[in-house]
Amino acid sequence: MKYTGAEIIIKLLEKRGICQLSGIPGGANLPIYDALSKSKKIRHILARHEQGAGFIAQGQARSNGEVAVFLATSGPGATNAITAVADAKLDSIPVVCITGQVPQSLIGTDAFQEIDSYGLSTPITKHNYFVRSAAELLEVIPEAFRIAEEGRPGPVWIDVPKDVQNEEIEVEAFPEFEGKAPSHTPSIPKIITMSKLINSAERPILYIGGGAIHSSAHEEICALAERLKAPVVSSLMGLGTIPVAHPQFAGMLGMHAARYTQKLLEECDLLMAFGVRFDDRATGKISEFCPQAKIVHIDIDPSEIGKLKQPTISMEADLRDALDALLPHVLERSDKTWLKRLEELKERFPLETPNAGSLFSPYGILLQSAKMLEGEFFVTTDVGQHQMRVAQCFPFEKPRQWMTSGGLGTMGFGLPAAIGAALEHPEATAVCYTGDGSLLMNIQELALIAEEGLNIKVIVSNNDSLGLVYQQQSLFYGKREMASRYQQRVDFCQIAEGFGIEAIDLGKVENPQSTLEQAMKSKEGVLINVPISVEDHVFPMVPPGGANHEMICGLKETAQKGALS
Amino acid sequence: MSAEWTTLELKVNNHPGVMLHVVGLFSRRAFNLEGIACLPCRDDRFSRMWLRVKNDSKLPQIVEQLKKLHDTREVREHEASHEAFERLEQFFGTSD
Ligand SMILES: Cc1ncc(C[n+]2csc(CCOP(=O)(O)OP(=O)(O)O)c2C)c(N)n1
Repeated sequence: MKYTGAEIIIKLLEKRGICQLSGIPGGANLPIYDALSKSKKIRHILARHEQGAGFIAQGQARSNGEVAVFLATSGPGATNAITAVADAKLDSIPVVCITGQVPQSLIGTDAFQEIDSYGLSTPITKHNYFVRSAAELLEVIPEAFRIAEEGRPGPVWIDVPKDVQNEEIEVEAFPEFEGKAPSHTPSIPKIITMSKLINSAERPILYIGGGAIHSSAHEEICALAERLKAPVVSSLMGLGTIPVAHPQFAGMLGMHAARYTQKLLEECDLLMAFGVRFDDRATGKISEFCPQAKIVHIDIDPSEIGKLKQPTISMEADLRDALDALLPHVLERSDKTWLKRLEELKERFPLETPNAGSLFSPYGILLQSAKMLEGEFFVTTDVGQHQMRVAQCFPFEKPRQWMTSGGLGTMGFGLPAAIGAALEHPEATAVCYTGDGSLLMNIQELALIAEEGLNIKVIVSNNDSLGLVYQQQSLFYGKREMASRYQQRVDFCQIAEGFGIEAIDLGKVENPQSTLEQAMKSKEGVLINVPISVEDHVFPMVPPGGANHEMICGLKETAQKGALS
Repeated sequence: MSAEWTTLELKVNNHPGVMLHVVGLFSRRAFNLEGIACLPCRDDRFSRMWLRVKNDSKLPQIVEQLKKLHDTREVREHEASHEAFERLEQFFGTSD
């Protein structure tokens, strides 16, 4: 049978099991949209901005671990998509972006809406394609999916000129999608050496990251930690791997770690770095990060091993496979001294969440709304103080509940990512904790909450400021506030209503507690504006570029120090 | 690891984007790339690339990153004095 390039794309997406995707049409991808109009299997979600479409795809992919797809046209469609794709690259999220391009006869002529999407996407993708013929699509599309999910996941960009979309070819059979190639089998001698090092450690700590989520190694990680009676610290990306309420969970490490987490790390003699990349926000000044500890590093990406910190022993493997092989060689411990030390430090140097009882304190709104959630839920954040607070204290229960822009730190991530999660999990509640600054960056996607009838709670911690910037200026730039306070207040409730969704201004209702409770438990989308003070900083905080032990702590501690000296 | 430079030999898929991928990798990761030569292989689905790179502590990371490129089929490390560049040098005047 004869198919056009555009029809081949849609047919292959159907075959791959894609049933919903987001995007925006335009001149250069209209043939793809025309083919999509004839699909009975794929539902299209019309984003309001291509960055929104990209983050919707990320929300889909992050919440269920499957490759997600989005569409954009050439030129501005492609440039708008870039931020979301770069974000996926840094957090290793499997997303396939398919853009239209001007016809090949016009390439290189500065044609209308022509930009070099291939060139622009090269440094921000795991791989990218410029497709030269309809026949090539039969190879490229399945390969793109394989690359996106295989090994360390990541985004793939496919740029398809309009003439390729229109080119008609005879297709005898559509190719099969190959599964992921199996990762390296862990070498047994290596496993044994590793287990010896682990068994002989006195104060081991598991340091886990996004790789633990991607490889679904949560059960193995819990089992290992429990067998070793070892504490588990997590990077921003690894949160949820083990329940926050687990007695061995020792918090998020790094720039906004609790003091007990940092102190515990200073005492450890073996760091088991699993699916992590020693990011500077996690390690602080690397030369002073756990200088005493031996390091075991397991990662699926060999280029991460030794990139920043030379491990004592390392393995290039899927984390879950590696831990499966390792577990039988790890001895059960009965000595709980090290865990007692964790408890002791945690009690002396806990994470401080001032005024957590008040709904109008930055921590209070997070912790209280969390308690009101019922059933399955997903949490996204934007970027700033609110993000760090959620990361510090939200009671995550399982992997993939938590979605945040870690590596790129993109304001505007939260709302569309929540939409993606909600689309994939219509029974669940998706909560987007955001700040007034970040929400404005992709606020247009509020329309989708109404249009798609999504159960999303957008909770705006509103300090009329770019809070985290203001905090840095207060702490590190002699309190010289510059361009971090908004002069013009925004009425987010009115905006939400304008987009057709319910809105609550928690500062203005008579009974905030019960109003919030009702909103959190309902099945409807709602925006909740919560006025908070910009003078509350997120503590602790390590000055950028500093070593983690140089952390600046909250007011209470400063007061205590004053009293002692 | 005494010589200042080392020579890498790459076998890559032969298509117009490959050079961009390889060269881009060097510039955005701040790796030193002193020389590059590239021609299609006898089997023209592939190209062979010769790279002269700095022999420093970043070298293992460069090799790992090159291997990660999907168009890279093979990476081999040679000595600095590998013929590929020695023989090319006659085409590059050294005095001006
Ligand atoms: C797209 C983008 N631009 C700029 C920044 C730098 N930045 C980091 S946090 C922040 C302020 C965020 O303000 P808001 O969303 O209101 O959150 P808050 O810190 O007040 O909780 C800014 C501007 C960024 N991370 N992303």
